[in-house]
Amino acid sequence: MTNSYWLLALLVVPLVGAALVMLVPKANETLAKQLALLISLVTFGLTIAMCLEFVVAKAAEFQFAYSISWVSNYNINFALGVDGIALVLIALSTSLVPIVLLAGWHDADGARGTVRGYVALILVLEAAMVGVFAATDLFLFYVFFEAMLVPVYFLIGRYGGPRRNYAAVKFLLYSLFGGLLMLASLIGLYVVSGNLTGHGTFDFTSLAALSIDPTTQKWLFAGFFIAFAIKAPLVPFHTWLPDAAAESTPGTAVLLVGVLDKVGTFGMLRYCLELFPDASHWATPLVIVLAVIGIIYGALQAIGQTDIKRLIAYTSVSHFGFIALGVFVMTSQGQSGSALYMVNHGFSTAALFLIGGFLISRRGSRLIADFGGVQKVAPVLAGTFLVAGLSSLALPGLSSFVSEFLVLVGTFERYTWVGVVATLGIVLAALYILLMYQRTMTGPVPEAVAEKVHDLRGREVLAIAPLLVVIIALGFYPQPVLDVVNPAVDRVMHAVGSTDPAPQVAPVAEGTHK
Amino acid sequence: MSPFSGAVTHAAEAAPAVTAATGTFQLIWLLIALPLVGAAILLLAGRRTDKWGHWLGLLASTASFVVAVLLFVAMLGQSDDQRTQVQHLFNWIAVGTFDVPVDLRLDQLSMTFVLLITGVGSLIHLYSVGYMSHDRDRRRFFGYLNLFVASMLLLVLADNYLLLYVGWEGVGLASYLLIGFWFFKDSAAVASKKAFVVNRVGDVGLSLAIMLMFVTFGSVSFEGVLGSASKGSQQSMTWIGLALLLAACGKSAQFPLQSWLLDAMEGPTPVSALIHAATMVTAGVYLIVRSGAIFDASLPARNAVIVVGAITLLMGAIIGCAKDDIKKALAGSTMSQIGYMILAAGLGPVGYAFAIFHLLLHGFFKADMFLGAGSVMHGMNDGVNMRRYGALRTVMKVTWITFMMGWLAILGIPPFSGFYSKDKIIEAAWSVSPVAGLVTLVGAGITAFYMTRLFAMTFHGEARWTDDVHPHESPWIMMFPIAILALLSAVAGFILNLNNAFVDWLKPVTGLEEPQLPFSSAVLPIAAIILVLIGAVLAWIPYATRAVPEVAPAGNLLTRAARADLYGDAANEAVFMRPGQYLTRWLVWFDNRVVDGVVNGTAATIGGLSGRARRLQTGFARSYALSMLGGAALVAAALVLVRL
Repeated sequence: MTNSYWLLALLVVPLVGAALVMLVPKANETLAKQLALLISLVTFGLTIAMCLEFVVAKAAEFQFAYSISWVSNYNINFALGVDGIALVLIALSTSLVPIVLLAGWHDADGARGTVRGYVALILVLEAAMVGVFAATDLFLFYVFFEAMLVPVYFLIGRYGGPRRNYAAVKFLLYSLFGGLLMLASLIGLYVVSGNLTGHGTFDFTSLAALSIDPTTQKWLFAGFFIAFAIKAPLVPFHTWLPDAAAESTPGTAVLLVGVLDKVGTFGMLRYCLELFPDASHWATPLVIVLAVIGIIYGALQAIGQTDIKRLIAYTSVSHFGFIALGVFVMTSQGQSGSALYMVNHGFSTAALFLIGGFLISRRGSRLIADFGGVQKVAPVLAGTFLVAGLSSLALPGLSSFVSEFLVLVGTFERYTWVGVVATLGIVLAALYILLMYQRTMTGPVPEAVAEKVHDLRGREVLAIAPLLVVIIALGFYPQPVLDVVNPAVDRVMHAVGSTDPAPQVAPVAEGTHK
Repeated sequence: MSPFSGAVTHAAEAAPAVTAATGTFQLIWLLIALPLVGAAILLLAGRRTDKWGHWLGLLASTASFVVAVLLFVAMLGQSDDQRTQVQHLFNWIAVGTFDVPVDLRLDQLSMTFVLLITGVGSLIHLYSVGYMSHDRDRRRFFGYLNLFVASMLLLVLADNYLLLYVGWEGVGLASYLLIGFWFFKDSAAVASKKAFVVNRVGDVGLSLAIMLMFVTFGSVSFEGVLGSASKGSQQSMTWIGLALLLAACGKSAQFPLQSWLLDAMEGPTPVSALIHAATMVTAGVYLIVRSGAIFDASLPARNAVIVVGAITLLMGAIIGCAKDDIKKALAGSTMSQIGYMILAAGLGPVGYAFAIFHLLLHGFFKADMFLGAGSVMHGMNDGVNMRRYGALRTVMKVTWITFMMGWLAILGIPPFSGFYSKDKIIEAAWSVSPVAGLVTLVGAGITAFYMTRLFAMTFHGEARWTDDVHPHESPWIMMFPIAILALLSAVAGFILNLNNAFVDWLKPVTGLEEPQLPFSSAVLPIAAIILVLIGAVLAWIPYATRAVPEVAPAGNLLTRAARADLYGDAANEAVFMRPGQYLTRWLVWFDNRVVDGVVNGTAATIGGLSGRARRLQTGFARSYALSMLGGAALVAAALVLVRL
């Protein structure tokens, strides 16, 4: 098979770019930023070009495959390839990076680390994100999974808020713990594949074809699942997230919550379900309970927060509950909904964190109580924040609604009461978003707000506008993404041996009215 | 046997064939697109459009009305069974068998709404040009109004429940934005949030209804669901019906989700007229009538609808009696009148058409009266306290006369509009259940009391104006729309009732049955008129002929309860808000101390996390390298083992 170089290019361009950025003189901060932005735009352009080459009809297969032997003794390959789900997540990642760079133009000014270091780390992170979604060799996946931690650790630890060290170490230890469990399972999986076929492999497709006995599956599943549940994160593994997100710069928070955490839910969908179908069914009740608790618990936490960034982080805990729920209800609506949710949540959370960041940096406080009446002094900022918030609460017509409703309908058709409870989350979502909006944006204007908060400037509008356009566009026309995702979901459904429940009344063919 | 039994046939079985839209009917999408584009321009271009924005808003709405009239004429040119036109726009969401297109359906029912929304909507746009002329944010106001019109049209034109949901929430958003239009007032900001959140509770119902439809029928389109409704199990139909009722309760401010509507009066008065009287709040009635086939298949669901309608009918009327704030009194009245419509919708095919008939006429006379109230406020320095009104007939003659048309219409005095629809609802209610019938009759009497009280306190009796007030008539740009609505309040009912024209027009969609009464049908209108006259006289004597105290007297138990909205808010606070606040506060403590504490504590015990954390902070790179090395060594060791 001939190798395709698209994915390799998406890995190499940001990495080489990061190196180039580090060559820029330390004092010339603007040049470093401009260069990084240019590189991220090139990467994004490449992604678009790649997406245009993608064959939708074969979205269940791994396209743009690239493979060279890496550690031949252990049959480890540097193997890349994307199905529909990985494709859209890579597109999400590479589209968010330029936005994050542009929006956070001054985020690293005056930080402990250098500005060129900040933007270079973001580019390194971008490469790692592409890698983790593109890897089709499990060992390579693991390497990227761990490699992502390094830039994020430094991004939080050197460029974050007052409690950055605590947050960074907490993030790191949680992730390393999860990674270690995954590593153990990974090795176990290699051993099992060796026992079953005579030669061990890390190749995803070969591993997915194995029939592993159910008991072994459970052990291996547990290692992967816990690692992913920490990353996603599911309650009760979530407490690192509010700290990490609150202490990060807004840009880091976007990449952390918007993309990195998706590796968890992506991993559940691709690796847990396809590699360990029996164990996945066995664990389904537990995961569903955790997910539903996450939806409600995360939302209630968000309502109770006094810090804007922690609030947004907890909304994500709730949303990750929805995504995990959709993955494990084993219906095509649930899983396609989850895959789409990963994308939509990335964009709407990015908008929330970035606009929240604009607000916070102006006023110099993250506390909700320090704000009020912002709509009066900064109507554009307030308006964009409202749209982002409405997307977060899944307003029909905006992108998150489509994915959230698909997850709910996918849940409901198999587990009625779980669906009912999860649906109650939409009331809580309205509360956490609108309470925050009311407290920060409406009412009389406090003096400090009137003095310090001014409206969005050109660069900021330029960074936010694409997010809002995507949020609205995918609300009304999500089908292109669904078309790409559906075949891959069908592959997963086939692997776990699940089919959608049939309706109670056989549907009348549309258009043939009696 | 249930007290609410009634003969039922399945309206959907007679459902007309669906025609793919051609010719003029290809313009259907324009109805929505025009105001949507208006909203987009006004909200995106910002202050640059301040000078002419309101005219653009008016133009967009009026253009949509013109398209509506064109479509109406085209529809009249079709035979009855050709009047359901469906325009396919694009495929929206398709996963597995869940396949939802963006299709618009124009039939007699949605056509009625389209004319009401764009017609009354355009009049209110015109009125707002005058009413909001001193507001520096008038352009934003028109942007929101356009957004509302577009969403409301989507709501009534959608050909499936999920697309309807988009319009449903879109009007909710517009309502949120418009109630909170003066966001710098805390009261407005709180009221708008409350409206949205309470509506979200209703949305849970709509979400669940849609999911149940998909599970039951494998479809969420009107045709797929309603066409098969008679084949579903009764249990399923009951659950779907109840979920739809919950949705309707939220949007239409019906018990127990009524509490937001009175607070919604924080919005500018044209908003109260358009959204919180004539159109949006009636969406629940539309939903139930549209889903008639579901309710036809479930007696328990119909009974629940009747009960909710009856309770709200009385609640709203009682609240309306006690309010001194003119807008809140009208809001109570709106609740009550929608209670009539909901009740009628719950009666089944005997009631559907009349629910819509009353909805249409109520749209005219209530918008007339709300705009009239706005005109009064305009002349009274925005004062809303009717105890400081009085004798305004002398200085605001046009407002007085036009308001009178609305008053006579809501009282149901023949030949004014309300008579034709309300009377039929009373008749239909009696044919299904004497209890429901009695409620509608008594409600008519109470309606006459509170409306006459409002009318007398405002326009008759002694002038009780504060010193700084110099009442004057409003400009023509405000009075012209009022005059049109007053005219419609006076004659629309009579005209539309000629030869049963309106009801016959709706019949192909809603079905129609003649109510069977055990007594002569002439008894009811006479009884109703007697009750109405009693109610009106009881209010007229104290409020028009005697001095009205400028400060409200303490009042009896019922009055005090009615002033407090029958303790709806108090109940919400006690049951949801305060426990909710304690819960979230406790949960935040729990998350910080217990969940995080256990994790930190466990880590500290097992691996000495705190010590290691401190080391990591001081010499991170080394430690990390060490852990990576440790990991790598583990991998290597394992791989070697595997080979063995």
